[in-house]
Amino acid sequence: MRSLRSTLITTFTWILVALFFFPILWMVFTAFKSEADAGSIPPKFIVDLTLQQFEAVFNRGMGYYLLQSTLASVGSTLIVLALAIPAAYGLSIRPIKKVQDVLFFFISTRFMPVAAIILPLFLILKTIGGLDNIVTLVLLYTAINLPIAIWMMRSFFSEVPLEIIEAAQIDGANLRTELVRVVLPIVLPGIAAVALISFIFAWNEYFIATLVTTVNARTTPPFLVSFVDGRGQFLAVLSAASTLAVLPVVIAGWAAQKQLVRGLAMGAVK
Amino acid sequence: MSVGPAGGAGPTTHLNGEEEDMTVTAPPPVGIDPMSLPAVAQKRKARVARRLVMPALIFSIILTQIPFLLAIVFSTLNWNQLRPDRIQFNWFANYLVVFTGPDFLPSLISTVTITGSSVILSLLFGLVFALLLDRSFRGQALARTLVITPFLVMPAAAALIWKWSMLDANVGMVNWALELVGLPAVAWNTEFPIVTVIMMLTWQYTPFFMLILLAGLQSQSREVLEAASVDGAGPVRTFQWMTLPHLRQYIEIATLLGSIMMLQVFDPIAIMTKGTGGTKTLSYLLYERAFIGLDVGEAAAFGVVTVVLTIVTTTIILRSLFSVFIEGGKR
Amino acid sequence: MLVKNRAIGLGAGLLVSALALTGCTAPGSSGGDGGAVTLTLATVNNPQMKDMEELKGEFESAYPDIKINFVQMEEGDLRAAVTNDVASGAGQYDIVTVGAYEVPQWGELGWLVDLTDALASDAEYDVDDLLPAVRTALTVDDKQYAVPFYGESSILMYNKEMFDAAGLTMPNNPTWQEVAEFAKTLNTPDHAGICLRGKPGWGDLFAPLTTVVQTFGGNWYDMDWNAQVNSPKFVEGVQFYVDLLKEAGEADPVSVSFTECLNLVSQEKVAMWYDASVAASILEDPNASAVAGKMAYAHAPVVETDESGWLWSWNLAIPTTTKNVEEATTFVKWATSKEYQQIVGETLGWTRVPPGARMSTYEIPEYKEAAAAFAPITLEVMQAVDPKQPGVDPQPWVGVQYVTIPEFQDVGNQVAQLVADAIAGRTTVQEALDAGQKIAQAAGEKQK
Repeated sequence: MRSLRSTLITTFTWILVALFFFPILWMVFTAFKSEADAGSIPPKFIVDLTLQQFEAVFNRGMGYYLLQSTLASVGSTLIVLALAIPAAYGLSIRPIKKVQDVLFFFISTRFMPVAAIILPLFLILKTIGGLDNIVTLVLLYTAINLPIAIWMMRSFFSEVPLEIIEAAQIDGANLRTELVRVVLPIVLPGIAAVALISFIFAWNEYFIATLVTTVNARTTPPFLVSFVDGRGQFLAVLSAASTLAVLPVVIAGWAAQKQLVRGLAMGAVK
Repeated sequence: MSVGPAGGAGPTTHLNGEEEDMTVTAPPPVGIDPMSLPAVAQKRKARVARRLVMPALIFSIILTQIPFLLAIVFSTLNWNQLRPDRIQFNWFANYLVVFTGPDFLPSLISTVTITGSSVILSLLFGLVFALLLDRSFRGQALARTLVITPFLVMPAAAALIWKWSMLDANVGMVNWALELVGLPAVAWNTEFPIVTVIMMLTWQYTPFFMLILLAGLQSQSREVLEAASVDGAGPVRTFQWMTLPHLRQYIEIATLLGSIMMLQVFDPIAIMTKGTGGTKTLSYLLYERAFIGLDVGEAAAFGVVTVVLTIVTTTIILRSLFSVFIEGGKR
Repeated sequence: MLVKNRAIGLGAGLLVSALALTGCTAPGSSGGDGGAVTLTLATVNNPQMKDMEELKGEFESAYPDIKINFVQMEEGDLRAAVTNDVASGAGQYDIVTVGAYEVPQWGELGWLVDLTDALASDAEYDVDDLLPAVRTALTVDDKQYAVPFYGESSILMYNKEMFDAAGLTMPNNPTWQEVAEFAKTLNTPDHAGICLRGKPGWGDLFAPLTTVVQTFGGNWYDMDWNAQVNSPKFVEGVQFYVDLLKEAGEADPVSVSFTECLNLVSQEKVAMWYDASVAASILEDPNASAVAGKMAYAHAPVVETDESGWLWSWNLAIPTTTKNVEEATTFVKWATSKEYQQIVGETLGWTRVPPGARMSTYEIPEYKEAAAAFAPITLEVMQAVDPKQPGVDPQPWVGVQYVTIPEFQDVGNQVAQLVADAIAGRTTVQEALDAGQKIAQAAGEKQK
């Protein structure tokens, strides 16, 4: 009885998962079709698979864009961590006056719609010569990700049992050792989660990249959307490019999945 | 939900910004409680804390506030990019356009409708998935990874895939499936543009909610749950009285972060509905003002108003609603 | 720090794999080329431009001192990126691809290099070979600010098999009323009668719709810049278009623009299609289309005018902010020369020669043969269209399906959104256009 119910729930779970994942599956499938098959009416399930779309994507030099994306996302994620870990720790050991205001300031910087800020930003970058430079993207993505990183991380830190830190202080550990040796290992999964989320945002950011880069610092998303053809079919080649672009994040997501969930849960403490 | 009277009777320290950090997830209460430290140590801590926060604060101020100040300046200018000869200071004329023009209110309503429904739906689906995927079963890790994937795909690409592969009236899988079960095909973007956008957003953000809620579920103390089950509480009651209160903090943070991300939604609208049928959200409206209208001043004014509005709303939500929740969850 | 080390490790790993993937050359690495100049060219991702990128090697070997970097973008992004760049004087691009709508405006603002002399002084380039109507649209006060890379008009494409099966005959110069009758007859559960754009956007919906409005006798503005959007003729034209879509058009019209229609027509899901003439070359390609050889082509349908096709060109222009005017000019001339057309034909195939820019294109024997189905009518229509007065009444701007004022893309977009609501039945055409009138009037006031 119990196992029957369990089987039923498992089956139900898989059906839901399959439905939910279907668009992605279809995208990957489409990536292996020819353009004519991709647009066929009604949709085709049995087609000759081809690698020509992937070939087309690589022929336009996707590797370089992947590299720039990697630089931008890894770079900004590292800086986010370097800034957010101390800040979140500071905010959680308090008592800074108006902690909430500080926190709120961080989070409110995320409210500015990018479209409103992009022109001022563009003019500043033009003046300081920061256009088409990967460092610019790294810094901008850091600024975008910082609020969420601090917000999330602070809630992890606030779950670290006080006794642990007090014990460290009695041992005479100074701040850095306290942070690095005692607290960080406890919140490590949380950090992994924050890092992954920062990485994903930076990896997928499209609007700013389109406008402030041209050649040297061009990242994958603008390259990807450039397959949208105003005078022809593009679904298959776009699917191929999207599949390639999403692959690194999916692999990272998969690998970090346990950490991610545990990090968000911070259940490790208990 | 047991928000009940405890919320109303909670301490009244809400507005001075002191209470939130002491929040602690339900049993057992852990956390850094500064009140237990001696005063000297407190001061030292404050200094240390300030030193730790500064770099991030300075970085954020430089990178976000300078452009924002510039945007405020721009918002007082009459400036169309294609009329560089006519740039001039015009006081608050752009704000007048924002508040008296026909665009703002409908756009605000669209934003609230779309963000609100998507957040609620993502939360519901996220909860369902989290509960299902918290059980251990064969292939659990694979199932989790598959469910997370929509969150990893680039939004513009996801929107394009949905437009073409899923919702297209002729080649889309959704209509194909509808016809398979004998239902008429639906002209999604023509007839139900809002539904399309919400559907797409929900699909994309459910994984984010699921992840956080799953995390919440896993941080529940197993012993407590087992004890409840020994006490004879059925799964529904356990969920209602134990799990849900425990998840509250996670629901809050997921809702807050999810709303912030969805408020900025742009791609599904730009790619699928183009702002028709009540889908012209503030961020899309802003894009139109800035890149189609080429009106720098008006776009900046819309941006400033959007920011102020979001900050006010969020403050109210954070400081009243959420604290009530938090107090209610405490015991 | 433990965490950091790990993160750096991960980062390094990713970097290494990314490097391994690429062989690691920046598309823009001008590094060891000595004195070579690298030009950055921004363009849309249309097939003709992809061909240009493919053939840039030919140029670079003929002019070893010049390297070209292509930055391809989707049309909307291109407009946003290039406008931002040129308006702010950032000067990131040496050559930009600009639509016929922007060229006269940007030229007048002094943003684009005047190419008149550079083109005229080169006899071999033969500037007079450029299609006159297209050239007119790119010229302000006798100064030519851009060179057409390819041009198009709009034509009516129809599936001859379906027409034959129904016993119908399409005249060479049909009227909209005739087309509507055909569409209703040919509208079956198997295929729609006609495909028309409904995606809200000035360049999507309002490209064909403006030509319909104009041949019905309406227009955006009168000679004094008074908006005419809710005038009876304008309303009549839009009402006709909306009704036709409803009665015999494709499903989910608000999603539909060029590519969507192309898909439907090439799979025999639609009997007629009124859209850009370049579509014909794709429909006639047996690899991409199931209707190759089954299609026939007619002039854009009319009501009160003699012709009604639109006129569009994607053009190469040089922003005044570039430091490499000379090299940029060299490339622009090469890419729009007769020689380039020969190169395309010989290396990529004759149907891929960029159409609608040069008259001599239509005299190349190989092209005439390969493009026999659609080349004559394209040239015919493009020579018949009058961008100075496309409608019944005179207008104070040059251009067919657009108005060359800065506010037009905004006005066009907003009115298109209103019309899309009418297509969906959320509002009536009259209500939509009454609201549109106000938007258009506000923009018109700025021209007075």
